[in-house]
Amino acid sequence: MRVLALAALMFAFGMAVASAGTLEQVKARGYLGCGVNEGTPGFSTPDAKGNWTGLDVDYCRGIAAAIFNDKTKVRFTPTASQERFAALQAGQFEVLSRNTTWTMDRDVSLGLEFIGVDFYDGQGFMVPKKLGIKSALELNNAVVCTQTGTTTELNAADFFRTHKMKYKILVYQKEAEYLAAYDMGRCDADTTDKSGLYGDRLRLKNPEDHVVLPETISKEPLGPSVRQGDPRWADLCRWVLFALINAEELGITSKNADAMRNSPSPEIRRLLGKEGAFGRSLGLTDDWAYRIIKQVGNYGEIFERNFGMQTPLKIERGLNNLWTKGGLMYAPPIR
Amino acid sequence: MTTALRWTRANLFSTPGNAVLTSSIVLLFVWAVPPVIDWAFLRAVWTGTSRDACVGADVGACWPYIWARAGQIIYGFYPDGERWRVDIVYALGIAGTLWLTLPNIPRKWLGAALMIFAFPVAAYVLLLGGVFGLEAVPTLHWGGLLLTLVVAVVGIAASLPLGILLALGRRSELPVIRWFSVTFIEVWRGVPMITVLFMAANMLPLFLPESLDTDKLFRALVAIAIFNAAYMAEVVRGGLQAIPRGQEEAAKALGLGYWRRMTFVVLPQALKISIPGLVNNMVSMLKDTSLISVIGFLDLLGVIQAGNTDPEWASPNTALTGYLFLAIIYWAACFSLSRYSARLERNLNVGARP
Repeated sequence: MRVLALAALMFAFGMAVASAGTLEQVKARGYLGCGVNEGTPGFSTPDAKGNWTGLDVDYCRGIAAAIFNDKTKVRFTPTASQERFAALQAGQFEVLSRNTTWTMDRDVSLGLEFIGVDFYDGQGFMVPKKLGIKSALELNNAVVCTQTGTTTELNAADFFRTHKMKYKILVYQKEAEYLAAYDMGRCDADTTDKSGLYGDRLRLKNPEDHVVLPETISKEPLGPSVRQGDPRWADLCRWVLFALINAEELGITSKNADAMRNSPSPEIRRLLGKEGAFGRSLGLTDDWAYRIIKQVGNYGEIFERNFGMQTPLKIERGLNNLWTKGGLMYAPPIR
Repeated sequence: MTTALRWTRANLFSTPGNAVLTSSIVLLFVWAVPPVIDWAFLRAVWTGTSRDACVGADVGACWPYIWARAGQIIYGFYPDGERWRVDIVYALGIAGTLWLTLPNIPRKWLGAALMIFAFPVAAYVLLLGGVFGLEAVPTLHWGGLLLTLVVAVVGIAASLPLGILLALGRRSELPVIRWFSVTFIEVWRGVPMITVLFMAANMLPLFLPESLDTDKLFRALVAIAIFNAAYMAEVVRGGLQAIPRGQEEAAKALGLGYWRRMTFVVLPQALKISIPGLVNNMVSMLKDTSLISVIGFLDLLGVIQAGNTDPEWASPNTALTGYLFLAIIYWAACFSLSRYSARLERNLNVGARP
């Protein structure tokens, strides 16, 4: 499968699909094509009514709101992990928003362009509350469960070696198996990417009895990507993400966006299109960011809606908080 | 009572080996079945509106999850207001199938003609829309049982005639046709289905000019039909080879041309003895439809797997319940296929030598 995907990609790269004028194509067609995960809690899942929900989904709705002033003008293509890059190259959609880790290899050699990070993920640990552990540094002599043959195993080994702690690892072929082993108490800790741990927790007998420890031991910056070859389209997608983050920093929400248009703050006025011609320089109207925030909300609202304390996942902002609140979310200014 | 006992002793415990076999099978049954029934029915949750209903120390299958997702399982992402169109297609399909399969409904020829010519057109127009004021529903929004049935039915209906032609071609006396058929069959049989689907979905659009840009599902259907035609061809060829040469020679002596010899003499006999193999292929095709999830279509398996990730419903039992339900649907579909084939064999008296 991997060889196949690679061959497909090399071929696609050779063809170097010239996709100049993506925005014009999207406008003419009347909807945005967005490749999403077939189902990952918080990022993209179809709800019972068949609507796609999640952070990756909301980002694409934001782009649609900016272009069409209508967040529903998106067609979501559920995309399998093996075909995601080839499908983007083949033009099945214009944006791949599928909790994809930004790595150098993918960015440089796959003919695609990452446009930013919309979720800082990373490997973490989950432990039963009754162990009374508050930090991963207290995991000395722990038995850790994980899936075999993934980088997760290696990251855990690095972490314990770096901190001169002893541990025993129990590896399982399947996700469901190690989760069952953890639930039965055969291991003290479960380790995988943190967003996955919160999803795992819901599948335990008593989710409330388990806690995800604060440490993040690997870097998994997840973000959307586009085909290489149309820098204007990449710019547009990048600034939609920045608008979401800037809006949260400036305190603009979907509820107060209308009132904020009359704000005297120059930063807010520029973001909402009251001053300058920033939207036009993207090929959009000047109220592009207002449309996004009004219809989809700012980054914080999107996060809370899909991962926050009101959802079953209950993920803390952590690294995904604004830089002003101890997180990594930082967007260049609009000026 | 004593006869039953005697029968048991004579048939199940006749030798020490048989006694061991019988008792281990009974033990296995006792060991495996009660826990499943206990989990799936006795301890199961039947009502609820979210995962909270299915969380608890001693809870079994989470059936409300299936009820909540029933719409998506049956219609995929077909828009709510348009689902009546799918219902009509389902109803037409069921009516036609009953017409053709129930022995006491007359005018089979009319039913067959309608199912072969009118039903596909009606289904195409109703499902895809875009004409007669019907809202267009792109294939991207199809899914669940609808998509599985579309893929299975189109695949089976297209691959059987194609397979027959290929089988005849492989036995043709004209070298060009023979070599074309042999190459075609061997090439398609030699590639894994996943590769074929992947090529159809993601590579073809790169080869073809944009004006030839076709629907992704259409490309996948063509790929599935061609792929399975190669398998069907070999089953039919097996049937053809079992027909004694004398049959064709006699037809020749009567002055029948090639197509008449095939349609009236050879194929009816050959297809009759190929039924077990053909149905075997069809059952396996029905199950292989789930492979289209590798190119991002959410078929029956896909929607259930996607639903399993919904945080609103995630619980220790949700995914298991989804898979159990899926297994029941697939089993029911495949079992009815094989029952139908068994009846067909009985009616056509396949057991008798041709």
